[in-house]
Amino acid sequence: MSEAAIHHDDHHEHHPGFIQRWFFGTNHKDIGTLYLLFSLVMFFIGGAMAMVIRLELFQPGLQFVDPQFFNSMTTMHALVMIFGVVMPAAVGFANWMIPMMIGAPDMALPRLNNWSFWILPFAFTLLLVTLFLPGGGPAGGWTMYPPLMLQTGDAFPFVIFAVHFLGFSSVMGAINIIATVFNMRAPGMTFMKLPLFVWAWIITAFLLIASIPVLAGAVTMLLTDKYFGTSFFDAAGGGDPVMFQHIFWFFGHPEVYILILPAFGIVSQVIPTFSRKPLFGYESMVYATAAIAFMSFFVWAHHMFTVGMPLAGELFFMYATMSIAVPTGVKIFNWLATMWRGSLTFETPMLFAVAFVLLFSIGGFSGLMLGITPADFQYHDTYFVVAHFHYVLVTGAVFALFAGAYYWLPKWTGHMYNETLGKWHFWLSTISVNVLFFPQHFLGLAGMPRRIPDYAVQFTEWNMVSSIGGFVFGLSQLLFVVVVIQCIRGGAKATNQVWEGAHGLEWTLPSPPPAHTFTTPPKVTDSVAHS
Amino acid sequence: MSDSHGAYYVPQSSHWPIVSSIALFCLFGGTAMWLNDYAAYPYVLGLAVALVLYFMFGWFGEVIRESETGKYNHQVDVSFRWSMGWFIFSEVMFFAAFFGALFYARMYAGPWLGGEGKGFATNEFLWPEFAYTWPMLSFPEGSFYSAPSGIIGAWGLPAINTLILLTSGATITFAHWALVKNKRSPLVWWLAATVALGVLFIFLQGEEYIHAYQDLGLTLNSGIYGATFFLLTGFHGFHVSMGALMIFIIMLRAIRGHFTPENHFAFEAVAWYWHFVDVVWLFLFIFVYWL
Ligand code: HEM
Ligand SMILES: [Cu+2]
Repeated sequence: MSEAAIHHDDHHEHHPGFIQRWFFGTNHKDIGTLYLLFSLVMFFIGGAMAMVIRLELFQPGLQFVDPQFFNSMTTMHALVMIFGVVMPAAVGFANWMIPMMIGAPDMALPRLNNWSFWILPFAFTLLLVTLFLPGGGPAGGWTMYPPLMLQTGDAFPFVIFAVHFLGFSSVMGAINIIATVFNMRAPGMTFMKLPLFVWAWIITAFLLIASIPVLAGAVTMLLTDKYFGTSFFDAAGGGDPVMFQHIFWFFGHPEVYILILPAFGIVSQVIPTFSRKPLFGYESMVYATAAIAFMSFFVWAHHMFTVGMPLAGELFFMYATMSIAVPTGVKIFNWLATMWRGSLTFETPMLFAVAFVLLFSIGGFSGLMLGITPADFQYHDTYFVVAHFHYVLVTGAVFALFAGAYYWLPKWTGHMYNETLGKWHFWLSTISVNVLFFPQHFLGLAGMPRRIPDYAVQFTEWNMVSSIGGFVFGLSQLLFVVVVIQCIRGGAKATNQVWEGAHGLEWTLPSPPPAHTFTTPPKVTDSVAHS
Repeated sequence: MSDSHGAYYVPQSSHWPIVSSIALFCLFGGTAMWLNDYAAYPYVLGLAVALVLYFMFGWFGEVIRESETGKYNHQVDVSFRWSMGWFIFSEVMFFAAFFGALFYARMYAGPWLGGEGKGFATNEFLWPEFAYTWPMLSFPEGSFYSAPSGIIGAWGLPAINTLILLTSGATITFAHWALVKNKRSPLVWWLAATVALGVLFIFLQGEEYIHAYQDLGLTLNSGIYGATFFLLTGFHGFHVSMGALMIFIIMLRAIRGHFTPENHFAFEAVAWYWHFVDVVWLFLFIFVYWL
């Protein structure tokens, strides 16, 4: 590249107007901020739906909402939380951090990056507007099983197209991340020097590219079955409703790893910093993550043990599922070993990260129980499953996102957040989330089915406990908003390194970093490389 | 409006992403309204088409201008390569879902409906009359779906179409060789030949569909056979159309003197795409028409 080709247009460079910056922008940091704010807003929309669910379940009998609406709440809650909160937040972190961590000037395809973001508000408009259509929102569950899903009213095509639209955004985002990491690393930033967050994201990106198009195919078949007379999922025409479940879960199980791997990545950054030790077993961490991702394509039918599969299938998917616990265990071991004899301090990010390790493990163990085919015949479609996936998703993925937010907020805003409020947020959340979800294990084992607005009276006590935990958890999240707003508006100045034990390229930059960083690639030496 | 930071080209800002989001929003929303019979759908779809055309011309036009004015260095070129490669992989996985449905129906669902296997009582209790064959010309519940009188054999039009697509894979390679040797006129002619073969393929595919619908009664409604047949070949045909359109644009650009022997990633991207469409067809030919 000759010098002549590099010209700087200073006016636009340093003072883009509001619209230019936030709507037409190409800057990875601004787009990262948009993703994160979007995710925060959706967190409260999805959360409000959860409050409706817990309110109705506070007592047996039907008190507040009718069953159809209740079911559309569970369906929408899941879709919003998965596609609107956890995935966009993870992409937001990726946008902000990956270029700074690998010493790149921006994402590889900046316009496409903005496109991936701007699809989200429009796709969610398509999805959320269905609540106001004749027939109400989709109520067949986020897994969209036919034939039930085919009974959806006017909402049906909107939901299908929202899924297509969201998938489009995810695939473009994933492609962008792959191009960025493979092509934009600063000289000397070899693969085995990449921070684990970056590793986690490349692997996630491959999962996205391989699985999201399969979901698109599955919902396309639903659409043609409903409107164009095909019979993919209708046995009367030679198809099979179970076939949908196979195709869906071929996407669905990798999807749960799409949700959790970036979280693993964040925790792998936070724990070494507050242990003031390098991560234990870096290479085994990389290989374990890759192994989990690869294996996630061969376990899907553990969601279908009770549907009627040949015995060989039941056995294969049971053993395959069990074996994923091995690389997962490697990761848990490494996090613990990183803390072992470290000089630990427990600032809010570390609190969330430690809670993550502990509580995610509970979710992992209940997953193992569910993975045992004969046991799952009892647990399937009960609240035990609900408890399982909330431990891995809320105290897993969401807690890791909180850890990451507290960890990097000072870098992003240039201010320290309010540590006292942060700790309050942590303790209130951690106590209430366990009050909320732990009893659901008991309910499930005792036989309470999921996705039901009413229940037998013997389940009342634990449901009340669970609902109270839910309300406290919901309210506690308002504290997080206060912390974020305060931190954006002011607070103690953050240093470049922010945390005493933080290492890596991003911590060599000022806090907040200028709009454009690493426009000329930094030199990566061993001392600034991964933490 | 644009600026390069250091060596890597980072456009300063662009309204195309948001315009195209709105365009797709109208397209999806309008189609959903149409499926629900909402009166306003023609307006929304009309707006969608206008917006899609606007952003396609606008955005691609901008990228082409940037490319031709030398804003993209080698590293940007490599980013495009990674992206196109993995985009094609995502398309492979999209087709995989439909091939998966085909294999599942043929290897599991069909035989089980026909009474094979232990513990699958559907046949015994619901449809004891049903015997499984592939191609499936009669269905467990005959009154729900329209049975075709026959299917499209492999060795008529489909075989000719296979030849056509394989030939077009060769012609686009000849075009590439011509481009690398900087022989401009053969470049344009080989591209034109490729477009023509693509169009011919689509035309014959259309004939085949008409034959299926009118003479054989083979429709989307013809059970799992019709469903897999039309969705697989239909999505493939759509991809061929897109590919032919893109090659056509590449040809127009070649006529205008775009591309150099060293620098022509747009050409290569479209060629990769064309080969991908070709390979998908081979799988279709083998598993949908032939076996
Ligand atoms: C050790 C690892 C894990 C194992 C062995 C495991 C196993 C299982 C099994 C067998 C089920 C099906 C239960 C049933 O429906 O009867 C299930 C459901 C589920 N799991 Fe996991 N799981 C693991 C980790 C995770 C992770 C990391 C996530 C997400 C971050 C996750 C999210 C879910 C979700 C969302 C469902 C419910 C899906 C639905 O039916 O709506 N799991 N898990
Ligand atoms: Cu799973």
